[in-house]
Amino acid sequence: MMRISTNWLNDYVDISDEDLKELADKITNAGINIATIEEYSLPNLVVGQILEFHPHPDSDHLNVCSVDVGNEVLQIVCGADNLEKNMKVIVAMDGCQLPGGVIKKTTMRGVESCGMLCALMELGLEEDTPENYAKGIAKLPNEALIGSNPYVYLGLDDTIYNLDLNPNREADCTNHIGFAYETAAVLGKKVEMPEIKTHPLKDRNIIDELELDVITDNCTMYNAKKVVDVVIKESPDFIKERLINCGMRPINNVVDISNYIMLEYGQPLHFFDADKLGKSILVRMAEKGETIVTLDKQKRKLTPDDIVITDGEKPVCIAGVMGGENSGIDENTKDVVIESAIFDPLKVRYTSLRLDLKSEASRRYEHGLNYEYTCQAIERACYLLEQYADAKVLSGTLKHDITDKTPKVAKVTLEKINALLGVKMTLDDAKKALTNLQFPYELKGEEFTVSIPNRRNDVSIKEDLIEEIGRLYGYEHIIEHTPRLEDKKGEYKGNILLRKSISKRLRSLGLNETRTYTLISPEMDAQFQYDRKEPIVLLKPLSQDKSIVRQSLIPSLLNVFNYNYARNIKDICIYEISNTYYDIDKEETKISILMSGNYIVNNWKAEALKCDFYTLKGIITNLLDYLGYNGRYSFISKQDIPDMYPGATALITIDSVAVGYIGRIHPNISKKEIYVCELSLTELAKKKTRAYKYKELSKYPSITKDVAFVMPLYMESKDVEKEIKRSGGKYLKEINVFDLYKGENIGQDEKSIAYSLIFESDQRTLTTEEINETFNKIIDDVTKKLNITIRKQ
Amino acid sequence: MKEEIEKLKEEIKNRLRDIKKEEELNNLKSDYLGKNGKITELSTKIKDVPKEEKKSFGLLLNDIKTFANDSFISKQKEFDEKRLNEQLEKESIDVTLPGTVIRNGSPNILEGMLEDIEALFMSMGYDVVEGPEVEKDLYNFELLNLPKGHPARDAQDTFYIKGDEILLRSQTSPVQIRTMLANENKGPIRIICPGKTYRRDDDDASHSHQFTQMEGLLVDKDVSLADLKGCFSIIAKHLFGEDAKTRFRSSYYPFTEPSVEMDISCFNCHGDGCAICKSTGWITVGGAGMVHPKVLQNCGYDSEEMSGFAFGFGLERLAMLRYGITDVRTFYTNDLRINADRKDV
Repeated sequence: MMRISTNWLNDYVDISDEDLKELADKITNAGINIATIEEYSLPNLVVGQILEFHPHPDSDHLNVCSVDVGNEVLQIVCGADNLEKNMKVIVAMDGCQLPGGVIKKTTMRGVESCGMLCALMELGLEEDTPENYAKGIAKLPNEALIGSNPYVYLGLDDTIYNLDLNPNREADCTNHIGFAYETAAVLGKKVEMPEIKTHPLKDRNIIDELELDVITDNCTMYNAKKVVDVVIKESPDFIKERLINCGMRPINNVVDISNYIMLEYGQPLHFFDADKLGKSILVRMAEKGETIVTLDKQKRKLTPDDIVITDGEKPVCIAGVMGGENSGIDENTKDVVIESAIFDPLKVRYTSLRLDLKSEASRRYEHGLNYEYTCQAIERACYLLEQYADAKVLSGTLKHDITDKTPKVAKVTLEKINALLGVKMTLDDAKKALTNLQFPYELKGEEFTVSIPNRRNDVSIKEDLIEEIGRLYGYEHIIEHTPRLEDKKGEYKGNILLRKSISKRLRSLGLNETRTYTLISPEMDAQFQYDRKEPIVLLKPLSQDKSIVRQSLIPSLLNVFNYNYARNIKDICIYEISNTYYDIDKEETKISILMSGNYIVNNWKAEALKCDFYTLKGIITNLLDYLGYNGRYSFISKQDIPDMYPGATALITIDSVAVGYIGRIHPNISKKEIYVCELSLTELAKKKTRAYKYKELSKYPSITKDVAFVMPLYMESKDVEKEIKRSGGKYLKEINVFDLYKGENIGQDEKSIAYSLIFESDQRTLTTEEINETFNKIIDDVTKKLNITIRKQ
Repeated sequence: MKEEIEKLKEEIKNRLRDIKKEEELNNLKSDYLGKNGKITELSTKIKDVPKEEKKSFGLLLNDIKTFANDSFISKQKEFDEKRLNEQLEKESIDVTLPGTVIRNGSPNILEGMLEDIEALFMSMGYDVVEGPEVEKDLYNFELLNLPKGHPARDAQDTFYIKGDEILLRSQTSPVQIRTMLANENKGPIRIICPGKTYRRDDDDASHSHQFTQMEGLLVDKDVSLADLKGCFSIIAKHLFGEDAKTRFRSSYYPFTEPSVEMDISCFNCHGDGCAICKSTGWITVGGAGMVHPKVLQNCGYDSEEMSGFAFGFGLERLAMLRYGITDVRTFYTNDLRINADRKDV
C-alpha cells in the first residue's frame, strides 16, 4: 500500500475544487487502484464552545460545563483545569469511538455528563505521558466552527488515498509528484514542480572537500552534495503532518527531510555525517568476507553481489539497503553529505532479500528510478535543509553518471490503436490522451511519434502507448462483440475426455468426487507406497505438512474418510482423479476410490448392500466394461502391497499389464473396514479399445446348465473357470458364479462354488443330448484336472 | 322342447343369482354342463329326435349351451374381479415410507462449475487443454515476460523444487506457452486451460496454497479488446445471470498489454451497495488483456501479423461468489454433508 496525502498532492496539481471521492473513482477507473480512502474525522467528534462552567457540587476538582455543539447544548463533567469561558474545545459526544474506548452518556457523582472534552492525548495524537496530561484539554482557535470536524483545526484534515499499486506503476506512483502526473492526466491539468533553488556558499565547493570514485557498473548515477552547520531539531508542522499521514514517524528535521524527499520524488536519499565519512567516497562491490554494522546495530556479512559505499577503505553503507552505524547522522551532526544515486535494481533486490532488509527505500530502488528526479531530489533536499535545518549548502555537486539517456520513442498509428482496443477513437481523442499524460508527440498523418518521459519506466513499446491512451479514453467506449472467427468444434484434448468419462461414470455409480491437496506430509508419503518412485520434495515448504508432492491419493482419501467419519457420516464412497508426480516431467494421473459402510441401504427394511471387496470390484468391472476393456482385465491375488490386507488385495491387470490394485486397508492403518482401489489413468489411456461394431445376435435359444464344485479353500474361482472354458467347446458362451458355500455339508477346508453355464449357437438350435455330453465332459475334465469333486445335491 | 329350454334358462339364472361362493359356481357348472349335467343329458336326446326336427333341436341346444357358458364365465369374472380387488387391497403399501438410499455421486463444487464452463467454451470452439503442474521456470515465468528478478514475481510467491528452474506452477499460463510453442505453423489458437496452481500462501478463509485457475487464450488475426469484452460478457451472463453487466478497468500483467481487470455488476445489491462489492456496485472476477507482443514473439508468433487475448479466473473465487461460500477451505475439506442439497445441473 502506498499512502498519498491529498493535501500534499495539491502542491503539485490543483485538486482544491475536486470531490475527493469522485476523483478517487476516476483515478481507479483509469488504472491506479485506490483501495481505500481515509479521512481524518470521527463520527460524534465535533468542535464545541464552553458557554459557562461551575464546580461540581460533590467534587473538588471536577467542573460541570455547558457546551454548545451547534444543534444543542450539552452538560459535560470535566476534570481539566484549563477551562475558560467561550473556549473552543473538542467534544466527543455519546457514541464516539476514541482510541481508549467508546464515550457514553453517564452520571458522574450524581451529575449527568453527555460526553467528554478531549485532550490531544485522548485522540491518540500525543503520547500518554504525565506532561501531556497536565496540559489539560485541547484549545482550538477561536475561528473554529461549532459543530464541525475538529481535525481541520489541528492541521490534520487530510484525505488519504491508499493505493494498491500494480508492479509496473510502483516506480512512478510511490511518490507524490508521480501520482500528481497521473492525477493531472485524469483531470486534464498541469503539474507544477516544487521549489529547488538554493543559495550555495560561494567560497566553499564540495570538490575541494570530498572525492568521489565509482568503480562498479552497478551504480549508474551517483550525486553527492554537502551542507554544513545543520541545526538538528523538530521538523516544521507541515513536514511532520505529511509524514504521519503517509505512515512515517517524524524523528528530526534532517531525517524527516530525507523521508519527505523520498515520498515527494520517489528518490531515496542517504545522509552521511560528513565528519565521520572523511574525505572520500568509493562505490564498489563488496569483497568476500567483508562485514558492516548497519544502523540497526546488526553485523551484516557481505558478498561480492552487494554494492557498498565505502570511505575508500571500509564500507559505510550497503547501497540502497541500509547505512552503516559508523557514518550515520546523530544529534551532534553538523555537516552532512547527501547521496542521491541509482543502483542496479536487481542487485538491490537480491541484497535486501538476502539480508531480510526490505524497506521503503529498497522497494523504490528495485522498481527503477528516474535519473532526472535523482538530480532534482538532491537540490530539493538542500533547499529544505536550508529552509528548515539552517543548513548552508556548498556549491558544486560530485557526479558520477553513466546513465543511458537515449530518449525513449515509440510510434503508433490511430488505426493500430483502434484495432487493438476495438474502439472508434478519433485523432483528437488520441491527441487529448497524450496531451493529458504530458507525453510529447509529433504527428505525421495519423502516426504519432511519442517521446516517453523518463518518469514512466513502464512504457516503452507501442502496445504500452495504446494502453495509456486507452485507459484515459475509457474502456467503457469498447463496442463489445464476440470474435468473428472460423467455426470449429471445441474438444477435450489429451486424456481429459477419458478422465471426465471415468469421473462421470463413478459419480453415476454413487461415488462422490473429492479434491485434496497435492502437497502432503512425510507421514502420508510413507503410506501406500506401491510402485513408488523417489518423491519430489519442496525446497522451501510452508510447513512439513505440505512438503512432498504425492504419488498416491489414498492417504488423502483416508483423511477425507476420517474427517467425515468424525462427523457421523459412516457410509463413505468417494473418489478422486488427480495428477501425481515423481521426478521432473514424470506425471501419472491416478484414479483412487475409497468405500466404507453401506453402498445401498434401506434402514426400515433392514436391508443393505455393504461396501466390501466385491462391491468395489463390481464398481471397477462396471467401469472397465464401460470403457471397453471387457474380457481383457483380471484381478490377481497379491499379498505384498504395502498397507493393504494381504488376503484381500488384488492387482488389476489389463492385457496382463498391471494398471492398479484393489483391496482392503491393512488394520495397522485403520481398524475400520475400508476398501480402496487405485488405478493409473495414464496406463489405462495406453490400452486402446476397439471401435464398436454390430454383431448379429443369435436367433436360437440357449441352454443353461448348473454345476457346483467342492474345492479347497485356497483354490481360486478363476482357475476353475479357466478349466471350464478350456473344455467347454465352442458353444459355451458364459460362465456365471451363482453361489458360494462354506459349511456343514462339506469339509472344513473346503468351499463350494456353483456355476451356471450358458450354451448357445448362432447357427442352430442345440439339442439337449449334445449339451449334456459337453456338460459331462466339462465336469469330468475339471474334477480330474483340478482334483476337485462335484457337489452332490 | 322350447319351453323346457326356457325353463332351464330361468333355472340357471335363478341359481346363479343365489350363488355366494366360487365352489358353488363349479357345482352349478357340473349340474348343467358336467358329464351328467342337465344340458349334457339334453344333448344326448338328439338321437331320439325325428330327423326333420333335428336341426331346430340342435339350434336350441346350442342356444342353451351358449347361454349357460356365457352366464358361468360372466359369474366367474365377477368372482375373479372380487378376488383381485381383495388382493390389491391387501397388498397396498405405504408410499410415504422412505425409498432405498441409492447415493447420489456429486462432483466437487469446483469440478461441477468447471464442467459447466468447459461446455460453454467448447460450444464456442475452444479446446480444453491441460499441462503439467510441475513446471519449468521458463514456461511459468520467463517466456511470459517475467524474467528472473522481475518485481512482478513477488505477487506470485512460488514453490521451487530444483534450484530456480523447476517449480510447482503458480499459474496455468505455462499451458498457453506450451500450446503456442507446439503450434507448428503458428496458426490460430482457441483454448481454455483449467488446472491446479500453487503459491506460498498460508491457508486461511481467503487464501489457499493450492487453488484452481482457468485461463483462456485466443490467437488469431485482428483480435481486439472488444472481442475479449464480448467473450467475457458471455461468461458473466452464463455464470451470474442474464442481467450481469461487465466492465474493464486498466490493470497490469507482464504477459498482456493492455491489461484489464474484469468486473461484473454486483449480483447481490445491483449497485445499491453491499459488503460483497464493498459498496462499489462492481465485483472483480478475473484478469485479462491482449497478449503481450513479447510473449507472442517468445513463442514464435509474428506479433504484427497475429494478435490475441488471454484471460484468467480463479475458480475458487468464482464459486465462492456464485454459491455464497465464505471459506476457500470448503473446497478441500470435502465434507460430504455439503452434497445433501446440491444441484449439479
